[in-house]
Amino acid sequence: MAKHETPLLDELESGPWPSFVSDIKQEAEVRAKNEKGIDFQIPADACDDLLGLLELSFKDGTTHWKHGGIVGVFGYGGGIIGRYSDKPKDFPGCSSFHTVRVAQPGAKYYTTEFLRQLMDLWQLRGSGLTNMHGSTGDIVLLGTTTPQLEEIFYTLTHEMDQDLGGSGSNLRTPADCIGQSRCEYACYDTQELCYFLTMMYQDELHRPAFPYKFKFKFDGCPNGCVASMARSDLSFIGTWKDQIQVDQAEVALYVDGTTPANAGSHSGRDWGAFDIQAEVVDLCPTDCMSYVDGELKIYDKECTRCMHCINVMPKALKIGKQRGVSMLAGAKAPIVDGAQMGTLVVPFLEIDQTMNKQLADFDTEEEWMEYLEEKYEALTEVIEAVWDYWMEEGKNRERLGELMIRQGLQRFLEKIGQEPQAVHVDHPRTNPYIFWKEEEVEGGWDRDINEYRKHHAR
Amino acid sequence: MAETIEYNGKSFDVDEDGFLLDFTQFTEEWLEIVMKEEGIAELNEEHKLVIDVLQDYYRKNGIAPMVRVLSKLTKFKLKHIYELFPSGPGKGACKMAGLPKPTGCV
Ligand code: HEM
Ligand code: HEM
Ligand code: SF4
Ligand code: SF4
Repeated sequence: MAKHETPLLDELESGPWPSFVSDIKQEAEVRAKNEKGIDFQIPADACDDLLGLLELSFKDGTTHWKHGGIVGVFGYGGGIIGRYSDKPKDFPGCSSFHTVRVAQPGAKYYTTEFLRQLMDLWQLRGSGLTNMHGSTGDIVLLGTTTPQLEEIFYTLTHEMDQDLGGSGSNLRTPADCIGQSRCEYACYDTQELCYFLTMMYQDELHRPAFPYKFKFKFDGCPNGCVASMARSDLSFIGTWKDQIQVDQAEVALYVDGTTPANAGSHSGRDWGAFDIQAEVVDLCPTDCMSYVDGELKIYDKECTRCMHCINVMPKALKIGKQRGVSMLAGAKAPIVDGAQMGTLVVPFLEIDQTMNKQLADFDTEEEWMEYLEEKYEALTEVIEAVWDYWMEEGKNRERLGELMIRQGLQRFLEKIGQEPQAVHVDHPRTNPYIFWKEEEVEGGWDRDINEYRKHHAR
Repeated sequence: MAETIEYNGKSFDVDEDGFLLDFTQFTEEWLEIVMKEEGIAELNEEHKLVIDVLQDYYRKNGIAPMVRVLSKLTKFKLKHIYELFPSGPGKGACKMAGLPKPTGCV
């Protein structure tokens, strides 16, 4: 028997989509029965009270969580989001309901063994409710009390070799697309780079030292499966520099209908027979393809590597062999001065494809990290230049993208050691308010009005 | 829930996270209360410098300084601030100095 009446929430148990209400009720029941005899460290009825509180919010149309909350573990300045309800008497089971961010593995591959261990911990010391995963990437353990935080942290680190994620004005938890683990489009090992940078910058992640939050995300190609260009201050997007690899025999199999276009993504509707001219050649944004006499040609110099042709004919067209990343900076949500997507700042940093050793090739993890430091040195140089600049110049709670607007792209490029190039802009400026550096102008800025008056009377 | 802590004849109004609700209630006794919660055995001159700097800055500017500014004013690297205050400058040092609770996307 449920502890609270929840007529409004009950409505959300119908319909085909997995119902979070049914799931939470199920967890409430498991805790009520407690067949495993767990010595619950937070109230056993936390889930019932959470549903009760949520039902109240459905009724009132307003939140019942109080403002803010500062809790954590010693040694770290973030990782836990403190939260208290404003109805502690009516719903004591969730009066404190802190969220623990746990660092997730690259691209979120798990073994059931790991997940079971994590859930055993969470059943004992938390609500049993989770978010798999937070938008940034973390495993989110939803709801526990302050005294449990150090206990959870101890078990995570000592028994599971597992750390907290980030929160606050720091480097937040980096996240990646599945990359080379299961995708032929991946231009670099997104998981390796994501893991390496996460390990490299643990200090920046756990102890807030920045003007504001900062995020990394890693997409293996411009398709953007982790949306790095929209959701990270520094976005790494894989690309290539040489030619798209074309297999004419495979092209023919698309043309004659043997291989379905887009790997069958549109098979739910009859779009007619595949028309390579209409669906690929004519849709190329730069018009750099042709299909004549059964031969597909690409004028790669004009290709912007948009992925369209490869996405349509994955068996016939492959990414190039000279691979690397583009770096885009400044993406952010609207607050304070408007939403931004990443701006291209580093067009191409090659990643040496011959350097692809694995952890297993090294005696220790330290040696592996040293090798990765060398492999990604050009990249970390840019990252650290960005941080040096923003940490010095950024105002309190000013995202990188806002600093870039306030002080200008020129200054940003100068600070990270990039020569301005045409690809840095979508189009040149239209207004003539152009600043010159004094040294660029013959004679400089020190002028004498009397000198001028000699030639121009008042 | 706000509660009132009585200690050595002084009383302090605090929130759930143990932050002072009113900066003017700060006294030496407050330091003793927070030390225990924040895992600090003994207050040395460096702790006191951080607390003084935070309080001065707060009185003058009405906000807590950015981490970078705190480091500059005290000449302590962030790492050292964590050595002094294990919960860090926000939850540790600001709480101890009696400043209001840090807000935002913490
Ligand atoms: C023979 C007399 C003048 C000449 C040849 C002249 C010429 C110009 C020129 C070439 C511009 C730049 C337009 C542009 O950038 O598109 C300009 C702008 C301007 N002039 Fe004059 N001007 C004259 C007199 C004046 C006077 C007498 C005033 C005010 C009392 C004045 C006020 C301005 C202002 C405010 C602008 C800036 C407009 C803007 O930025 O939108 N000008 N003038
Ligand atoms: C309280 C008085 C004034 C204020 C607040 C003011 C403000 C401004 C501002 C904000 C600009 C634009 C600057 C920019 O584009 O970066 C400007 C431009 C200009 N103002 Fe004023 N202004 C004032 C009085 C005057 C007066 C009295 C004159 C002339 C008699 C004048 C002549 C101009 C001119 C010619 C420009 C254009 C400069 C350019 O395009 O490079 N202003 N003013
Ligand atoms: S972003 Fe590109 S490489 Fe990564 S999973 Fe998506 S399609 Fe594949
Ligand atoms: S990747 Fe895009 S731009 Fe390049 S050839 Fe294919 S469709 Fe054209």
